[in-house]
Amino acid sequence: MTQKTLLKLAWQSIVKNKMRTLLTMLGIVIGVGAVIVMVAVGQGAQSQIEAQISSLGTNLIVITPGSTAAGGVSQGAGTFNRLTVDDAIKLKDQATTLTGVSPVINARAVVVGPQGNWRTSINGVSTDYFTIRNWAPTSGDLFVDADLKSGRKIALIGATVARNLFPDIDPVGAEIRIGQVPFTVVGLMAPKGQNAGGQDQDDVVLMPYTTAQTRLSGNVRIGQILASTFSPGDIPAAQQEITDIMREAHRLGDNPDDFTVRNQSEIAAAATSTTSVMSGLLAAIASVSLIVGGIGIMNIMLVSVTERTREIGIRMAIGARGSDVLVQFLVESIVMSLIGGIIGLLAGYGGSLLLGSLTGWHTVVPMSAVFLAVGFSGAVGVFFGFYPARKAAGMNPIEALRYE
Amino acid sequence: MTPGDVGAAQGMPVIELHGVKKIYQMGTNKVFALNGIDLAVAAGEFLAIMGASGSGKSTLMNVIGCLDVPSEGSYVLDGTRVNGLNRNALADLRNQKIGFVFQGFNLLARTSALENVELPLLYDRNRRWHDTKALAREALTKVGLGERLEHQPSELSGGQQQRVAIARALVTQPTLLLADEPTGNLDSRMSIDVMSIFQALNDQGITVVLVTHELDVAQYARRIVEVKDGRLRSDHPVGARHNAVDDLRVLDAANPEPQEGVA
Repeated sequence: MTQKTLLKLAWQSIVKNKMRTLLTMLGIVIGVGAVIVMVAVGQGAQSQIEAQISSLGTNLIVITPGSTAAGGVSQGAGTFNRLTVDDAIKLKDQATTLTGVSPVINARAVVVGPQGNWRTSINGVSTDYFTIRNWAPTSGDLFVDADLKSGRKIALIGATVARNLFPDIDPVGAEIRIGQVPFTVVGLMAPKGQNAGGQDQDDVVLMPYTTAQTRLSGNVRIGQILASTFSPGDIPAAQQEITDIMREAHRLGDNPDDFTVRNQSEIAAAATSTTSVMSGLLAAIASVSLIVGGIGIMNIMLVSVTERTREIGIRMAIGARGSDVLVQFLVESIVMSLIGGIIGLLAGYGGSLLLGSLTGWHTVVPMSAVFLAVGFSGAVGVFFGFYPARKAAGMNPIEALRYE
Repeated sequence: MTPGDVGAAQGMPVIELHGVKKIYQMGTNKVFALNGIDLAVAAGEFLAIMGASGSGKSTLMNVIGCLDVPSEGSYVLDGTRVNGLNRNALADLRNQKIGFVFQGFNLLARTSALENVELPLLYDRNRRWHDTKALAREALTKVGLGERLEHQPSELSGGQQQRVAIARALVTQPTLLLADEPTGNLDSRMSIDVMSIFQALNDQGITVVLVTHELDVAQYARRIVEVKDGRLRSDHPVGARHNAVDDLRVLDAANPEPQEGVA
């Protein structure tokens, strides 16, 4: 028997029993569909987080004070346990691998505008900040180095702040007050949305760090230093260089680092590990239904073998070998489960799009899931089809012919 | 189609059974379904095997048809020793040398006449057949069903279904046509009709072995053997052989009803 005739025979008996075939495939359709939807939801969540992290900036390196590993360990005399603006200036001057360095001086304060007030986060940054974070204003202009030197009282506001302080009017050129100090709004930043931690990145007022240092009262500290490299490949070298310069600047000697240097992929990995566990769990639950679908195939195939005992007898009488019958039934179950798998794939794809549009979740069907689903459903066909097929092949033709 | 070519014809035995026994173990008892059968069938013969139920004729048919192997004795089919062959070899032998016609027609349901007839060609190990569709069409035309190629068994009368079965048996050009109660499910007119096909095929030189318990049917053969208790009781040529075509003509003359789709 050629492969073509085998396929033809299997196909004949598949289309001859449409209802049976449909019900058999349903289990696989649901199984594969469920796996696809679950993987799509999981992948969607993951890729959304990745997108949010890359919205932090390109080739981003974050330097924060202290380190969790050093937490609780008393620092030696003469060492610094805080980041300073000087650190940022040193990095900017000495490091060769960095394209930009910006201190981020952070404070929280009430900002008073012409139409209301709003408590928000005030960030004092350098001009590099905007290139590091890949962030541009939608109207107005960024501040320049001269503004930094003179400590001008100007501010750029995020979209959330603008919405609350200037619901009706264009904020550019308007005056706001932070504490007792009046500032001129020179630009409105493009909306960036939430970050991976769920924080609103647009709920912020940006100003030159020199201004922040001198004009803001209260708890003014440098929360972090942001830096960026030319390309992702430079990141490990840059991290090493930053560490060297920082240790030198803080005169750490043999003491452990009093700062932490992290790159974007580390941040991303931390954030995505939770979601990947979740999506793995979802896929595992969904694959249970795939196994149930496979058992459904085996069940139907066993019934089908009994029901078609006479047919098997006829085939054997006219010269079919046991292996011919085995392969025929096996091909039938594989074809059924593969078609079920492909329908399930389409159903799962449609389902994840539907789910996405209903719930607003971001869903992504990865190519690997497509291959996995189709491959797995084929394997289900082989695995659960083999026992019934072997039963058919082992029949005695005389008894099979006599079967009523 | 030229099985039973004149050269291979008369005298060359197609079937040779020597001391064939088939023993079933029923608990502690041994049941001798066949108890020492000696039988030779030459090429071109038309043999009827008769016997009551339980006589062993079905077992004998299974042995001759290579569906079963004898417990003792030897069986040579067309020069091939059947004893000791495994399942696969038996399947190949059935495919290549034997055409079966059964009482219950045994066609695949929901499968067209053409596909039913094509089936044995597809199971051929040696890929002897190429245009299987054309061969199947030819065989169906030969039994007078050239107009009903795409009909499914449920759309055909009993006689027509049996014709499809005969076409399926013929299509591989077997050495032996083995018919097991082929008229058992047919009324008398259709029975004679089917027998006329067997006679016509036999006249072309095809060896036919017919298993039946009806003497009327056996009268169309050339030779009758009777089986009883697993042994051959009698073996004689048919004296007044019936001619199915003549019988049909007589029947139709007495009963001038519209004929049912016979070519």
